[in-house]
Amino acid sequence: MTMAMTRKARRLILIGTVGAVLAAAVGLVLFALSGEITLYKTPTELAEQPMTEGRRLRIGGLVEVGSVARGNGGQVEFKVTDTVNAVPVTYTGLLPDLFKEGQGVVAEGKLDQAGLFHADTVLAKHDERYMPKEVVDALKAQGVWEEGQPGGPMPPAASN
Amino acid sequence: MIVEFGHFALILALAVAVAQSVLPIVGFFRRDPALMAVAPKASTMQLLLVVIAFSALTYAYLVSDFSLLNVVENSHSEKPLIFKISGVWGNHEGSMLLWALILAIFGAAVALFGGNLPQTLKANVLAVQGWISTAFLAFILTTSNPFLRLAEPPIEGRDLNPVLQDIGLAIHPPLLYLGYVGFSIAFAFAIAALIEGRIDAAWARWVRPWVLAAWIFLTAGIAMGSYWAYYELGWGGFWFWDPVENASLMPWLVGTALLHSAVVMEKREALKVWTVLLAILAFSLSLLGTFLVRSGVLTSVHAFATDPTRGVFILAILCLFIGGGLALFAVRAGTLRQGGLFAPISREGALVLNNVFLTVAAGVVLFGTLIPLIVSAFGGAISVGAPYFNTVFGPLFGATLLVVPLGPLLAWKRGDLLGALERLWAVFAVAALIALAVAWLNGVTHLLAAVGFGVAVWVLVGAFAELWTRARFREAGLAVGFRRLAGLPRSAFGTALAHAGLGLTLLGIVSTSAFQSEAILEMKPGDTATVGAYSVTFDGIRNGAGANYSELVATMTARKGGTVRFVVEPSRRLYTARQMPTTEAGIRTHGLSQFYVTLGGEGRDSGSVVVRMWDKPLVTLIWLGALVMMAGGALSLADRRLRVGAPTPARRAAPALTAD
Repeated sequence: MTMAMTRKARRLILIGTVGAVLAAAVGLVLFALSGEITLYKTPTELAEQPMTEGRRLRIGGLVEVGSVARGNGGQVEFKVTDTVNAVPVTYTGLLPDLFKEGQGVVAEGKLDQAGLFHADTVLAKHDERYMPKEVVDALKAQGVWEEGQPGGPMPPAASN
Repeated sequence: MIVEFGHFALILALAVAVAQSVLPIVGFFRRDPALMAVAPKASTMQLLLVVIAFSALTYAYLVSDFSLLNVVENSHSEKPLIFKISGVWGNHEGSMLLWALILAIFGAAVALFGGNLPQTLKANVLAVQGWISTAFLAFILTTSNPFLRLAEPPIEGRDLNPVLQDIGLAIHPPLLYLGYVGFSIAFAFAIAALIEGRIDAAWARWVRPWVLAAWIFLTAGIAMGSYWAYYELGWGGFWFWDPVENASLMPWLVGTALLHSAVVMEKREALKVWTVLLAILAFSLSLLGTFLVRSGVLTSVHAFATDPTRGVFILAILCLFIGGGLALFAVRAGTLRQGGLFAPISREGALVLNNVFLTVAAGVVLFGTLIPLIVSAFGGAISVGAPYFNTVFGPLFGATLLVVPLGPLLAWKRGDLLGALERLWAVFAVAALIALAVAWLNGVTHLLAAVGFGVAVWVLVGAFAELWTRARFREAGLAVGFRRLAGLPRSAFGTALAHAGLGLTLLGIVSTSAFQSEAILEMKPGDTATVGAYSVTFDGIRNGAGANYSELVATMTARKGGTVRFVVEPSRRLYTARQMPTTEAGIRTHGLSQFYVTLGGEGRDSGSVVVRMWDKPLVTLIWLGALVMMAGGALSLADRRLRVGAPTPARRAAPALTAD
């Protein structure tokens, strides 16, 4: 049945197939972009425009000292602060090894109507040299970042 | 002294690489065999020099030479021997040196095993390898020199990041790099073909073993990395869509496409230009992966210490090779003679469809990985995580999987789709039955899981349909059937195994995602909790210590129906040199499934700890499937080697053998 197909028809089928797959991919990407993209916000940005409830968010800052409270069944509450504003966060699960009061943290999840952030993922800095870039940027913007503090760049120590 | 020797060898290697980049090309244009003959010698010399440099650094780690900055930052005298060795590449500088070493190994391998290559092609391929070596050696020497000395050496080192002190790290990066760098050979062949303006089926036969080898290593590297993250990070997940994971997935997808399009080129002389483009893209994405990891432009759990000058340098390498490669392609692709035509419904047609799906899938992963960078350039801040990738990649890759069993059953040139479907009806029936059984057992809530199981079984069983039809057990009987099977080329078994491995991996992913049981709770010694079919008792906690850490070990006993099944011992460690805590998951394999426990911090009541437990059914299939894929690749490679140098026309029997 395909024997009689002309060169042109074959080319059309190839282009059609590629086009269809590409169109499907673009459609999927657009669909995902409309709902599955996570916006990054600092606690101050959230305080200024609280219209983001129900939307997937990532918030970053420091874990406020004295704010960590453990509940039942592995539930934890703490506050993420950029030293100006703070957002209360609730999370159920195991906190990362390097989660500590006063240290950088990124939480991902959704904000409810009461302003409580329900995190499903909590990331802490990975080792003493690493801090989430968003947190560093936000802290620099707030003017509370000091170069050379844990998480900052290593001081040059090399000589040849 | 030994360290200076290594440093000097590295500088010499750069000089040799420069010679290797220039002389053979000049020889090619002047038709001067003597100049072209420099290429193989230079590449073996380069290997020797880089080996010396790498050995010198390894020696510095072994004797804990703390006058070296790199050793101070990443080692400790009390670190176990195996991690002193793996620590050599557990940091930025050392891992780049490993990159250069593997590049040199591949270059020398082409020089040594490429005896049957035409001299001009060999010279050009090695020259292009020389360009890549030059770029990376210059990068190491100017921005990431592991041989820097300290004026005042400290007494003790700062130790390797504890998360990296693991046997997984000893193996994972070398495997991944063997894959990444292996694609440099395909790239070099593609560029050489463009320079010569000539390409034929023999080209594909020369390139395919290299691509196949790179693909096997990359598969191993990705699977190893996934398992390492699974047991070491204590998150219980096997894939996080982390930018760095994506960076290894993209070359794998394009490399898989390249593997398949090279078959078409070899058998049918078609898809030449496309294959060359894929070869360039596969290596470009490998370079991009290196850039993403090394420059620290993306926030990732894998990011080493970041340094802007390095990022700029790697970005320059990236632009040079990707831009240069694509520009050369644009200018010269027209000169390559186009190959044969084929009907849409044919083996070639199916392989084209495979290529379309795989490259588009790689494209959406690339888009999702880079979009945060693009948005941040305009002042925004977004992150793209698992939800995006699952939504976009899932359906595209799922569609690819549906076609996998069909392809091998279609004949070259002109296939019979209805005939192929007819031969697959039994496979379809098995897959549908299993899907229905899953749906019936678990209700409508797990409809997606039922479909997933169906697709996995379709791919797994369908993988063997080609062998089954070619053996024709039913018509010819067992004895003749097995004799026919024994007579089939190894690549037929390779294809079947690789595809079956894909089905196994999918089965593991679907089963774990849909049916794992999980519990997060606070437990005190003596408490019992239920996870899936097990009741788990927390027996108690004890102190322990390793060479460079102290730890708390919990003992948990899992019972099923009152009888003790196994004991798991998760722990929390404190690495003394860095005062860094880590979680060591307690994992117990039962059958193909695993029981996984991690310890959190202290709970609300004193003496209690937060515990997270999972029972993950069939989870090991995820990585066993990858092993089976690799075995399939290795079988095809064994077949390929027999064929190299003995060009066979496209007469390999189609599955629908006529009379026998």
